[in-house]
Amino acid sequence: MKHVTEEELIAYRERVAEQRSMISEHLAACKECRQELERIEAVLEALDSLPVPDPGADYGRQVWKEIAPRLTVKPERWWQVWLEPRRLAAAGAVLALIVAAFVAGRVTNRGGTGDNVASKEQVRERVLVVAVGEHLGHSERMLVELSNAAPNDPKQREVNISAEQRRAEDLLQENRLYRQTALQEGDAGLASVLDELERVLLDVAHSPDQVTPAQLEAIQKKIEARGILFKVRVVNKELQQRQEASEPAPSQNDSTKRKRSNI
Amino acid sequence: MNRMQQSVDSTQAIAESDAIAVERTLAGDRDAYRVLVERHSHNVFRLAYRMTGNRHDAEEVVQEAFLRGYQKLGQFAARSNFGTWVYRIAANYAIDRMRRRQKEDARREAPRTDGKDGMEDDPLNRVKDEAPTPERLTQSIELRKQMEHALAALSEAERTAFVMRHWEGCGIEEIAAVLKSSSNATKNTVFRAVQKLRIALQPFVETRAQARAMGTES
Repeated sequence: MKHVTEEELIAYRERVAEQRSMISEHLAACKECRQELERIEAVLEALDSLPVPDPGADYGRQVWKEIAPRLTVKPERWWQVWLEPRRLAAAGAVLALIVAAFVAGRVTNRGGTGDNVASKEQVRERVLVVAVGEHLGHSERMLVELSNAAPNDPKQREVNISAEQRRAEDLLQENRLYRQTALQEGDAGLASVLDELERVLLDVAHSPDQVTPAQLEAIQKKIEARGILFKVRVVNKELQQRQEASEPAPSQNDSTKRKRSNI
Repeated sequence: MNRMQQSVDSTQAIAESDAIAVERTLAGDRDAYRVLVERHSHNVFRLAYRMTGNRHDAEEVVQEAFLRGYQKLGQFAARSNFGTWVYRIAANYAIDRMRRRQKEDARREAPRTDGKDGMEDDPLNRVKDEAPTPERLTQSIELRKQMEHALAALSEAERTAFVMRHWEGCGIEEIAAVLKSSSNATKNTVFRAVQKLRIALQPFVETRAQARAMGTES
């Protein structure tokens, strides 16, 4: 007879076993496995005897007394959270990119010739290059600030990084959009760096508001170990070069003519 | 009406009453949050104590859980159960706190971790090394110490999984959400926790059972 494993017995005892009825049947027939289960149960029952102190009947009131003075900011509904200025700014930046790409497509699509299609792609890419360049610049500044952060006083037990954390949250949303766009555009190199940046932003966004100097050092080491600042700088430089190279040569197309006539 | 039906009705009534308190809090009535704090503090304390192993940390976890709950109340989905939700916040904060404590302890103990014989400094080994004499083993207080040592020797994920599953009866999915892990990985974590506790405690539990059988323990 094949016995039930220790893992299966523990899963059975903790009610997470998938083949519960099969184990029950085996236990009914197998004394050895029953004894093994009893040994496991004896340990768990001993643990159950560990007391939990009674915090007292008015504990709830005590907790309220402690926290009530600290409940200063009114909680917001989820949709109010999205109306916060910083989130609106991030959403605005993303919307601006979409609108710019759409307008660029419309403007260059007139006529529908092969050249115009190519031009439409170029303009879209230019919009992406400018927007991502700006995003990388913001990310770089935030990471540099975080890398240089240090306690004001050597005795300080915690460092407040809530500002960097909030910026990382905003950058994270933008980063996801740019990474997906870069992937759609077939720019695997850019998508890969944005992916790495996303992981770092995620780490920062999920850090506690207050970190100990040791935790701060760990975050800084992680940023350094991934070499993300260097990669961001290199890609940003490349994007600038791409932007310069794709600047249209002055030509007498419709839009420039129209602009000039407005001056 | 049977007891089980009464219990289900009472749970539903609390959940409905919680939902009203949440709505009122979000509408600006701060005192409505007091109802939620007073109602759920004991449960959250029990979880926090079992996870952290000491009263001071448990009280800190309870306060922080309700503070964070208040700040994030807007993200609380009305159809959820507030008790479960704040419980999860407490478990997450307790994990952070245990992690921080372990790192601090590790830093303090760093010079001692390099064993003379090159053996890994497994906390379970320490439990065995500190084994008291058979006479003292018969005393329940000694077993209690061993249990506290064994629980403290679990990783924070193992302790969380064990506490939430064994003592608090939480579902695997709920524990997996706290541990940010898959259901299968969470089941494995529960298994590892019980296995480690068993390795550490079974000799003491058996010795006590023998002593009881021989009538040497009151």
